[in-house]
Amino acid sequence: MNWESWQAFWAMGGYGLYVWGSFGMTALCVAGEIWLLRRHRQRTLDTLRRLQRLNQQP
Amino acid sequence: MLRFLITVVRRDVLLAVRRRGDWLTAQFFFVMVVSMFPLGVGPEPSMLRVIGPGVVWVSALLACLLSLGRLYADDFRDGSLEQMLLSPYPNSLLALGKALAHWIINGIPLLLIAPVLGIQFGLPAEALLILVLSLAIGTPILSLLGGIGAALTLGLRGGGVLITLLILPLYVPVLIFGAGAVEGAMSGTGSEAHLSLLGAFLVMSLLIAPWISSLALKVSVE
Amino acid sequence: MNLYYYASPATFYPLAGKLIPWFAGLAVVLGAIGLYISFFIAPTDFQQGEGYRIIFIHVPAAWMSMFIYLVMAFWSAIGLAFNTRLSFLIARALAPTGAMFTFIALWTGAFWGKPMWGTWWVWDARLTSELILLFLYVGYMALQAAIDAPRRADRAGALLNLVGVINIPIIYFSVKWWNTLHQGSSVSLTGAPSMAMIMLWGMLVMALAAWMYTIAVSLARSRILILERERQTEWARAQLEGQA
Repeated sequence: MNWESWQAFWAMGGYGLYVWGSFGMTALCVAGEIWLLRRHRQRTLDTLRRLQRLNQQP
Repeated sequence: MLRFLITVVRRDVLLAVRRRGDWLTAQFFFVMVVSMFPLGVGPEPSMLRVIGPGVVWVSALLACLLSLGRLYADDFRDGSLEQMLLSPYPNSLLALGKALAHWIINGIPLLLIAPVLGIQFGLPAEALLILVLSLAIGTPILSLLGGIGAALTLGLRGGGVLITLLILPLYVPVLIFGAGAVEGAMSGTGSEAHLSLLGAFLVMSLLIAPWISSLALKVSVE
Repeated sequence: MNLYYYASPATFYPLAGKLIPWFAGLAVVLGAIGLYISFFIAPTDFQQGEGYRIIFIHVPAAWMSMFIYLVMAFWSAIGLAFNTRLSFLIARALAPTGAMFTFIALWTGAFWGKPMWGTWWVWDARLTSELILLFLYVGYMALQAAIDAPRRADRAGALLNLVGVINIPIIYFSVKWWNTLHQGSSVSLTGAPSMAMIMLWGMLVMALAAWMYTIAVSLARSRILILERERQTEWARAQLEGQA
């Protein structure tokens, strides 16, 4: 085990900003991509369903 | 085959001579962009001498990209491009001819203007010679690689900006070797290595770029 | 097993749907193991202290950024050679994730460079090449976005992708050469700490997690693209109604 306490863990031996800045940005990018993908899928499905309904009506 | 190539080149050059205003724009663009740099960074001669080769080269890239948008666009609009693609000769020959014509129209004037601009930046005589030499080897590469971008973006909205995005990263080696040759001549480290690498890159682009441009043209026109 | 069977969008769509949870699950598990190694097993570096832990994302992200571009080129070549629509879609689905990893590699590179060398950015050969790689990704996606006709978008993107792949070694070589000629700063990346076994393992596990994540995300993205393209077909209609 490397860390004495949670505080030491977050401080990263003085490199906290850099380490957590890197890991944080990565987490943000991954979460953002998944969120965008979900939204893209939902919107595509909605649009396509609407198109389908419009085609069926006449 | 050679006659076909010559016909393609002559046709484009003639068209450019008739519409002088069009191609002069790119040359003036080149001169203006280069002249903006001293205004931006200050008039110290020592500083200008250091950035000179890079500035001239970057401006040459931009001027080349500016004129590339019209490489196939005019012929595409009036339908003559499709006619040419249907000719019995290989399409890569057409692409090669187009790139050659582009170099004659836009590249050669750059070679003639560049020494004057180099003097403005205080480059020594030997460096001016290398500058022209590096441009002479480098600008055909710009036309050849740019032909691929012009073919890919044919007829697209915002094609002009798009071509910049696609092609500028591919110009990186030309920029590095071209500007590097001039800097090498100035610092005394020599410029032969740069120039020969630039030459190798030119041979490679001559072999590959027309072929890929022809594929891209087929994709864009069909 | 007939590979051509799965090359049809109608069969690929449900197959991809079934595979996504598996790859996503693997990505989560491997990611957790990788994070555990990087923070709790890997010891403190005697030179760089705790700051070196950035290596556990920086290096895998840089690997993935290059690897994804190569995989895209592979699928582009397959698509152009065998005229398979699905290969183009896979290449297209990979691009945003590749660009994301390139961005992460640059970002973490900056966050590593600041404490180690004192600057956020150096015009180092590797950083510069990575930046140009990002430009290549952006160009590819911009071209795809600008073309409305699917057939043309596929092929034009594939050609650009292949031209990029031919150029990458030349770009890397020229940038490296340029960098050695302009030794302005005394900063050198080669002074990185000697790789202990455990560090290598951490990076490998993280890279594997990133790989699984890439597969899951690009499968999901290609499903959306397929549905958009095939909306007129019988199976796509059934698919849409089934999920309503």
